[in-house]
Amino acid sequence: MKHWVRNAVFLIFWLAATGLVIGSLVKIRPLTDTKAFKESQFTDSELRQVVDRVDEAFASAWKTNGVEPVGGATDLAIARRLSLALTGTIPSLEEIRAIESHSGEQRVQWWLSHLLEDRRYSDYLAERFARVVVGVEDGPFIVYRRHRLVSWLSDQFAHNRPYDELVRDLIASEGIWTTKPEVNFITVTIDQNNKEEGPDEQKLAARVSRAFLGLRIDCVQCHNDFLGGKWKQENFHQLAAFFNRAEMSMTGVRDNAAKEYEYRYLGKPEKQLVTPKVPFNEALLPEEGPLRTRLAAWVTHPDNRPFARAIVNRISALLFNRPLHAPVDQISLDGPFPPGMEILADDLIAHKFDIQRLIRILVATRVFQLDSRTADPGHPTTSAQEAQFASFPLTRLRPEQVGGSILQSAKLKTIDANSHVFVRIMRFFQQNDFLKRYGDMGEDEFAAGGGTIPQRLVMMNGNLVHERTKQDLVMNSATRIGAVAPDDRTAIETAYLTTLTRRPSTEEQIYFVARFKSDPKVKRSELMEDLFWTLLNSTEFSWNH
Amino acid sequence: MKAQSTEFGCGSINHISRRTLLKLGGAAGLMWLTPISQMLARADENAPKGKPARSVIILWMAGGPSQLETFDPHPDSKISFGTKAIKTAAPGVKLAEGFGHLAEVMNDITLVRSVVSKEADHERAVYNMKTGYRPNPTVVHPSIGAVVCHELDDSGMDIPRHISILPDQWPARGGYLGGQYDAFQIFDPKEPIQDVALQAPQERLDQRMKDLSVLEHAFGRGRPANLDANTTLHQIAMSRALKIMSSAQLSAFDVKQAPAAQRAAYGDTPFGRGCLAALRLIETGVRCVEVTLNGWDTHINNHAAQRKNVDMLDPAFAALILDLKARNLFDSTVVLCGGEFGRTPKMNPVGGRDHWPYSFSIAMAGGGLRGGHIHGSSDPTGESKEPEKPVTVQDIHASIQHTLGIQYEKELMTPVGRPLALSDGHLIKELLKA
Repeated sequence: MKHWVRNAVFLIFWLAATGLVIGSLVKIRPLTDTKAFKESQFTDSELRQVVDRVDEAFASAWKTNGVEPVGGATDLAIARRLSLALTGTIPSLEEIRAIESHSGEQRVQWWLSHLLEDRRYSDYLAERFARVVVGVEDGPFIVYRRHRLVSWLSDQFAHNRPYDELVRDLIASEGIWTTKPEVNFITVTIDQNNKEEGPDEQKLAARVSRAFLGLRIDCVQCHNDFLGGKWKQENFHQLAAFFNRAEMSMTGVRDNAAKEYEYRYLGKPEKQLVTPKVPFNEALLPEEGPLRTRLAAWVTHPDNRPFARAIVNRISALLFNRPLHAPVDQISLDGPFPPGMEILADDLIAHKFDIQRLIRILVATRVFQLDSRTADPGHPTTSAQEAQFASFPLTRLRPEQVGGSILQSAKLKTIDANSHVFVRIMRFFQQNDFLKRYGDMGEDEFAAGGGTIPQRLVMMNGNLVHERTKQDLVMNSATRIGAVAPDDRTAIETAYLTTLTRRPSTEEQIYFVARFKSDPKVKRSELMEDLFWTLLNSTEFSWNH
Repeated sequence: MKAQSTEFGCGSINHISRRTLLKLGGAAGLMWLTPISQMLARADENAPKGKPARSVIILWMAGGPSQLETFDPHPDSKISFGTKAIKTAAPGVKLAEGFGHLAEVMNDITLVRSVVSKEADHERAVYNMKTGYRPNPTVVHPSIGAVVCHELDDSGMDIPRHISILPDQWPARGGYLGGQYDAFQIFDPKEPIQDVALQAPQERLDQRMKDLSVLEHAFGRGRPANLDANTTLHQIAMSRALKIMSSAQLSAFDVKQAPAAQRAAYGDTPFGRGCLAALRLIETGVRCVEVTLNGWDTHINNHAAQRKNVDMLDPAFAALILDLKARNLFDSTVVLCGGEFGRTPKMNPVGGRDHWPYSFSIAMAGGGLRGGHIHGSSDPTGESKEPEKPVTVQDIHASIQHTLGIQYEKELMTPVGRPLALSDGHLIKELLKA
């Protein structure tokens, strides 16, 4: 081939590629219309009143404890929190541009509406919720299909199905685990080594008490509470007795009315018959019906407040990365409750356990929109402020959030259900490889803790960070931004937005502009690689703030 | 929250240490006339003889090895289903066939054939065996390696002191002691260790670290000055990571540096290489190495699958014992070999043995433990679940900690505000050298 032909072909490809990159940087793809968003919805008195009451509850607690709240966070900082909490990644550059182009007063609520209509939200919430109700292990072979359950949960959250209905389905489910995915809540407890036994009533009772009631009644499984608590061993086993009749049959999980639960209590010589009985609020238990159906009705009864408190605490934990009350599954029956919990529980019950409404209210509160630091470096945040939510809690991102954010930062467009299948497959495998090295927190998703050495090694030298920051015009935003940005200042600013969802401070801008200019022999693509590596290895990237 | 020791333990008379007793008993001359003197005598009697061990190697048999096809064969019983036994160098001690190499060093090994547990589910049993506590929803207990690292000094070490080679899904954890005590995980030592090699030249890394300090300074504004030390541990972990990356001690992982004959002795398997790496790491000063050999969960075709694993375990275990002795590390290193439970005396219809937590076996060596000794015995008919001289998992933990000079009764404050003993088991005195 003649040289000029080869050069011409190369030039055409180069121009086309550059055009695409510039297009993606400049053009704002109109994000899907947010159907549920109406500006008036967030200024009307009814919803606003609930938000105000929660705000007042926190303000009162701060006053009582002599704690001053910090100032408000920027909209972009709040948008980052929301994306991490509801999709497990940071916002893409494309999304940041869209957020900034929205001029309404309710920019945060508009962004929230957009996320709630994004399938990533329901998928992500479903996985978080599945960890609570069935854990993370593969479970028994053949009779358990975790992915079916997660997919079913995602559908429920996508349609914002009332939470109480969803929980009733899980507890009282019957049938085959493949056609009735909710049955997997029951079948996951089957111990296949013990072939004579069906679902494990004790594991199910523990799950129900922790996941749906925010109580650790399972702590008295083997003995009465010797730390002065109210629970007795019989409270747990009477709860377990509701599940004793569940067994496997030709038609899947069914209740066998003839089965009785027997247990030998600590210190007793023999097993004894255990009658199903709920540990509190006995009047709310229906008198008729199959045992699990009755239990499901009791657990989710509007007057059974621990049920509402438990999900308020879990959704708060998801949004703040820290529950209002810790541990997340150990809320006292009689209080005292953290500020706002009872108000939020009341509203949830009054609005038929509408999870999306609960999220909207929490996000609209002042406490969610506080900064995670003070504006005055001379008076930094205190542990008292953080403990009482008078500053937004600084918490370690979960491994899947870190992995998801690295992958998203390498793309200028959002990686979502609309992305090319190749992009989504790549994301899936790269994320899984990363989690194997970085670690997975399993069910213990809100455990406090700092960074570890293996995690730092993975971030400094691991494949994912290297592959997604190296000089690659096609695959990596670092190179693409460097290639098309008109000047260093723009390149640096865009890199900050793409990774940290903020613009550099003046100090940072001056430093990096000088750094980019310090050695003219170094290519900008190499400098961008260094800058991205640095941004991804910062504390700020790996922590929720 | 950093766990803290309570100086006087829980106050129980059994939990008073020798040192505490000395503090309490001012009139030394009268002590032999008092009840305190009796307790002191008892504490002294229980103290490790000679210098305590300083390291632990755990050969973790993931899935639950069959005691009948490993350390507790019953060749003349119907429960053997054809498994034969071989004589060993220790008089009267037999091993299942396939342990030809280990048989030769049996005078250095103690077999405990009466371990009892209450956990038959893999995840729960692994937790129980690795931590010495049954799973408890309120607190995550630390593994033995984490306890050892927490209790013993860390002088001179750049690389992590707690390492898991070929980990399965439940590697050793730091539990309530913190993520910094989690085992550092590596895979087949024939491959370079992941994530420690620089992805850019050193001068670029230096520049990147300088750039990073600008970002960290910006992030610290308006936040407490001790944020990193008290909360994020980000920069602390990073500086430790940098230390590892440039440490000469990394060569301990590189088994290719060992002579070919030594490598051959361990067997050309990932597990064999893992054991050789364990030796090199202990020699470098690492406190605890866990080497996992998976594949013992033989619900189907038990004999063939167990034998396949025995063939990998036997040369590696024996070579490890010999090399530890040759390097004068045997008395300062406790070696433990076992899994989460044993396997049923009965065979299931597909030729497999199922989970059996009632009377299973482990092997222990080094660290002031007796050799050529058998502790306890299981029922040769397989009918009884109760062995003679039963030993709980907690007792094993207490005994290992004892040989390391750790006061296993010592209580640490857990994050839930409840003090917990390092181990709530009891010392098995019969395992110790006279």
